[in-house]
Amino acid sequence: MTIILDPTDERKPVMRQVAARSGILAGAVGLLDIRKPRGNVLLDELERQLISAAPGITVKRFSKPTFTKPCPDDLRRDIASQVDYLVEALAD
Amino acid sequence: MTEAMPAFALASLSGSPQAFPGDAPSLVVFVKEDCETCNTAAPVIEAFHKAYGDRLRVLVPAQSGAGNAVFSARHALTVPVLDDTACQASFDWDIEIVPSVFWLDASGAVKTHFEGFVRAEWEGLNTDIAASLGKPAAQVDWDSLPAWRPGCGSRHLYPEIHDKLRAARDGQSLLARRIEIAAADDVMEFMFDQGFSDGLPVVAPTPERVLKMLEGTHRSPQDLIAVVPPNMGEATTEKVAINAVMAGCKPEYMPVVIAALEAVCTDAFNIHGVTATTMGAAPVIVVNGPIRDRIGMNKGLGALGSGNRANATIGRALRLIVANVGGGKPGGVERSTLGNPMKYTMCFAENEERSPWPPLHVERGFNKEDSVVTVFAMTGGPVHIVDQESRAPQQVAGSIGFGLEGVFLPKLRNLAIDALLVVCPEHVDTLMSEGPYTKAQLRSRIQEVTRRPLSEMVASDTSGAGIPHAVAGKMGAEKLKGEVPKFAGDEYIHIVVAGSDAGKFSSAFHGWATGDIGSRSVSRKIDLGWRVGPEPL
Repeated sequence: MTIILDPTDERKPVMRQVAARSGILAGAVGLLDIRKPRGNVLLDELERQLISAAPGITVKRFSKPTFTKPCPDDLRRDIASQVDYLVEALAD
Repeated sequence: MTEAMPAFALASLSGSPQAFPGDAPSLVVFVKEDCETCNTAAPVIEAFHKAYGDRLRVLVPAQSGAGNAVFSARHALTVPVLDDTACQASFDWDIEIVPSVFWLDASGAVKTHFEGFVRAEWEGLNTDIAASLGKPAAQVDWDSLPAWRPGCGSRHLYPEIHDKLRAARDGQSLLARRIEIAAADDVMEFMFDQGFSDGLPVVAPTPERVLKMLEGTHRSPQDLIAVVPPNMGEATTEKVAINAVMAGCKPEYMPVVIAALEAVCTDAFNIHGVTATTMGAAPVIVVNGPIRDRIGMNKGLGALGSGNRANATIGRALRLIVANVGGGKPGGVERSTLGNPMKYTMCFAENEERSPWPPLHVERGFNKEDSVVTVFAMTGGPVHIVDQESRAPQQVAGSIGFGLEGVFLPKLRNLAIDALLVVCPEHVDTLMSEGPYTKAQLRSRIQEVTRRPLSEMVASDTSGAGIPHAVAGKMGAEKLKGEVPKFAGDEYIHIVVAGSDAGKFSSAFHGWATGDIGSRSVSRKIDLGWRVGPEPL
């Protein structure tokens, strides 16, 4: 038997729970632009279709400072305090 | 008062356990069967046992497995020969040579100790023991024995034995999760299956190897070196050492690996973005200062690869840490469209001795005698710049400029993007052939020869990249006649010297998103606090 030492950060696998689905679309929907080129084009169209499908909702737009870095904590908190749902537009 | 020697309990050849210390004074002699000097001493040990055995416990820990019985039979020994084949007692007593002789009091404290065979020492010991016990001296034919014979190295110092014994003793300082790989499993395949590899075989990070790797730094195993994105995993010295073992590093490379890791895990360098970008960036590590030669880095022939262990494994260790501790793995956060061979490793030393210019680290504010690592986020390269014909400084500098036009796309200019230029010695010689030619002059020449009118950057049917039509229309024809160089500023052109004396081939690494939007190059002074380092210069 050979013993080796774990080269990883040893984080235990965590099963992420999907948020409970309400079955309705209402409240505030956030759209987050990660700042990759043309991500805004996708979000513009998504916003148009969301408002068309659910006229009662409010859409709020957010942008990361740069796509190359993780979302700043302040922005995460800001988003969480303002919206009920968030759609993040990746590019590529 | 002398401390008691470590206790042991070893089996005799008949299988009966013999414990040390007992309730009487003792004479303990460590031997191994294939040591000539141990065989010389054997009759003397037996004579002592016969003369003093009723008052003095004579014990002979032997290191030779089946050879222990051979040793005993060869000399018709009645003295207890004890099985120390595992060498635990030899290790605990910290002997170096066999035979190793200890005369101890009843508490186990040493009264006399010597090694090898010096006849006068044995004779003196005989006199002392006889006097101590009030018994006649042991009868030994001293004249038939040599005056002096050197001993042999104790078997427990063989690396494969010593490393295991030390790991068992010091292993408590290692806190990483221990993974047991069954004997039926292939260790290398197991590590591939676990996703620990970069695609090439890795060295198994056994506790023995990791402990040896940790000797390369004075940092404690649980010191936090860096928090590694994207998972923000904590890279302790131990985790760095584990991955350095896997990469194939020597312990003396540890200070460089640590400095490189600290450098990439800064907000300025942004290893998260470098890992994640679809463009496929990777850290390029340049090492400057005295450490280059102390650890045998390559700065000359083939400096950019391959064949040098230090260059290859330091860069690889950094990549493995980012992947294993940081979790930056292809298909996960690592999203490179094509990938990049530099993602395996890219590390080299500057050939400061062949450079007429201040080396990179001195340009960046360090002292020449400092050892420094500098990391660049690069997406392409090394891309060779071939000019075997130029004989004038401005000619070869012009060619080097043309060689950099490919950064991103030849059509694109005024780029706020880093390039790392590696000038080969023959091009250096041409640049210096008419007198001093500074780095500033070279940067200026690069900018000069790459100047083109903005009109050449406008999107066209040939290439849609560049200035959009609508923007160009607003700029107007006169403004589009204005010329811009390849780089938005001379500061984006980083210059080092590397390579061998033969060949007129410089090379360049092409950058990623330079600046706060992406990554800035970072330098870190290397902490040379080796615990067990290479020979001094």
